[in-house]
Amino acid sequence: MATATRAPRHTRISASHAVKDIAVITRRNLLRNIRLPQLLIFATIQPVMFLLLFNYVFGGAIGGAIPPIAQGEYINWLLPGLLIQVAAFGAGQTALGLTEDLSKGVIDRFRSLPMARSAVLAGRTLSDVIRNGFVIGLMVAMGFLMGFRYQTNFVAFLAGLAVAMVFSYALSWIMATIGLAVKNPEAAQSAVFLGVFPLVFASSVFVPTDTMPAWLQGFALNQPITVTVNALRGLMLGREALADFKPGMSANQVAEAVANAPTVEGQVLLSLGWALAIMIVFVPLAIRVYRRTVS
Amino acid sequence: MNGPIVRVENVVKTFGPTVRALDDVSLEFEPGIVYGLLGPNGAGKTTLIRVLTTLLKADSGYAEVAGIDVRKDPVAARNHIGLAGQFAAVDDYLTGRENVEMVGRLYNLSASDAKQRAADVLKRIHLDDAADRTVRTYSGGMRRRLDLAASLVGRPSVLFLDEPTTGIDPQSRLDLWDLIRDLIVTGTTVLLTTQYLDEADQLANQIAVIDRGKLIAQGTGNELKDKMGGSVIELHVAEEDRPRTLEALAAISGEATFEAGHQSIRLPAPDGSQTLLAVVRRLDATSITVQDVALKKPTLDDVFLALTGRGAAEAEAERESPKKPERRRRRERSAV
Ligand SMILES: Nc1ncnc2c1ncn2[C@@H]1O[C@H](COP(=O)(O)OP(=O)(O)OP(=O)(O)O)[C@@H](O)[C@H]1O
Ligand SMILES: [Mg+2]
Repeated sequence: MATATRAPRHTRISASHAVKDIAVITRRNLLRNIRLPQLLIFATIQPVMFLLLFNYVFGGAIGGAIPPIAQGEYINWLLPGLLIQVAAFGAGQTALGLTEDLSKGVIDRFRSLPMARSAVLAGRTLSDVIRNGFVIGLMVAMGFLMGFRYQTNFVAFLAGLAVAMVFSYALSWIMATIGLAVKNPEAAQSAVFLGVFPLVFASSVFVPTDTMPAWLQGFALNQPITVTVNALRGLMLGREALADFKPGMSANQVAEAVANAPTVEGQVLLSLGWALAIMIVFVPLAIRVYRRTVS
Repeated sequence: MNGPIVRVENVVKTFGPTVRALDDVSLEFEPGIVYGLLGPNGAGKTTLIRVLTTLLKADSGYAEVAGIDVRKDPVAARNHIGLAGQFAAVDDYLTGRENVEMVGRLYNLSASDAKQRAADVLKRIHLDDAADRTVRTYSGGMRRRLDLAASLVGRPSVLFLDEPTTGIDPQSRLDLWDLIRDLIVTGTTVLLTTQYLDEADQLANQIAVIDRGKLIAQGTGNELKDKMGGSVIELHVAEEDRPRTLEALAAISGEATFEAGHQSIRLPAPDGSQTLLAVVRRLDATSITVQDVALKKPTLDDVFLALTGRGAAEAEAERESPKKPERRRRRERSAV
């Protein structure tokens, strides 16, 4: 072509430029949550309802089957689990937000601007993890009001919250891929629900996995939600919370169960490992689908 | 810059095995004009804009904006373009000002420059009064204008407007026309698409007619009309006067005919108003009372009919069926 010589190299976007773009997109996404506080309120009401319902309805029935470190307080056992439920469903917002932007043509506008390609996805996942952090904070406050007390120390408790955030961030990239693939907001909502719901229930979020049938236990014990919930419980309640506890055990039996329990560090590393693995697969995948979807 | 600001050579874009959205399209135009791309639903207008604005890669062919190959160096091309897509891409929960400032920041302006330019652009687009309201409270016309403001904040050399007036009321439409006319005064080149023949005629210095992915005609509005063979005189006389009138007019043009459909006598007017004067003098001399007489320039609707053998509405109807339902729904939603 006549002009092929005019553009010898193609223009690149500098890292500082990209960081600025990510910040602009993140701010834009967060503003939506501030301008439409209903979004956050409804996002919080559902898990708070779970907290209330499970604590007061099932607490009595399940309370006996939980490890003694929970001090017989089901809320102590329940809250770390529910935080992960919130982290998982909250990550689904990433799929929804992207499909909305796609269907409104906002993504087209972004793609016609001289901005970093990665900024739309990076900004979206970042704003969603900040938002989820906020909801998790509200849940924790509610938990404390309902009697939750960590049994370890404050630093370990905070580390637990950090593990939840890392997990939520990694899940956001799966959700981004789903959203970009299905494109339509309603379909994304269903896809997220269908994907997350069984994972949350076939896990240790609500009940110890050893009450499940053997075939389910194998899955439930190793899937990322259980691992992450275990990491949180370990960090907030201690290793005893991970023991295979049965009602009516003698003190010796309890000590033995604790000795056989997975270590807290092990569960934390496993959870972080899951998050890393998810990101290694889904960050490039989401970016690829993003390029494809809109072009 | 010398030479064309937009150049498209033999661009082909297909969707699946059957849809040839762009079928070997070539066009180019000079800076500083409004270039109108006219065609019915599904003609390929949006697809061409998406190729030129780096949103879509063509299957083959070459496209250049402001001297930059859009395929080779999309980032550089994006620095020179502004896009207001077919559906106003504004954020409901931000204010008008925040929307425009954000786009300014993404054009890599500093925060203070973005602020300054957003204020300028909002003023120019007459949205300064509503600038600090959230967009949720805007009317359809205001959203369109805001979208236009956002596309202007980067001071693009070429502005792409995809059906800028679709779905807004007639008054807002006229306002938008004025805004677009102002833009060329400031030196911005505009490529706009439209399904409205009068819009292309009113706004565009150059018009390309596109149908089923092919460019079927190009030129100024007047050149296109000339392809129709120029103007026509249409006159009404009393029924009993018709034979005498046709006889009298035979001296001016052998082609004067009575048209039952319009109940009028028509004859070609190659010399426009000169022919009209000759006709009036002639009929006056034969003391025939003329009830009504008009010199009619062909409309772009006539042009479309002549070029495609179908009216614009017909062409659109043909396209309805293969259109994907998803895309239709979007149009309805944003047309409110
Ligand atoms: N992403 C897509 N996938 C499949 N087909 C598509 C896609 N985009 C466009 N098409 C098809 O390509 C053709 C041209 O579409 P395009 O949107 O360019 O038309 P248009 O002239 O902009 O029409 P309208 O006036 O309705 O906006 C249509 O038949 C359309 O259905
Ligand atoms: Mg279109």
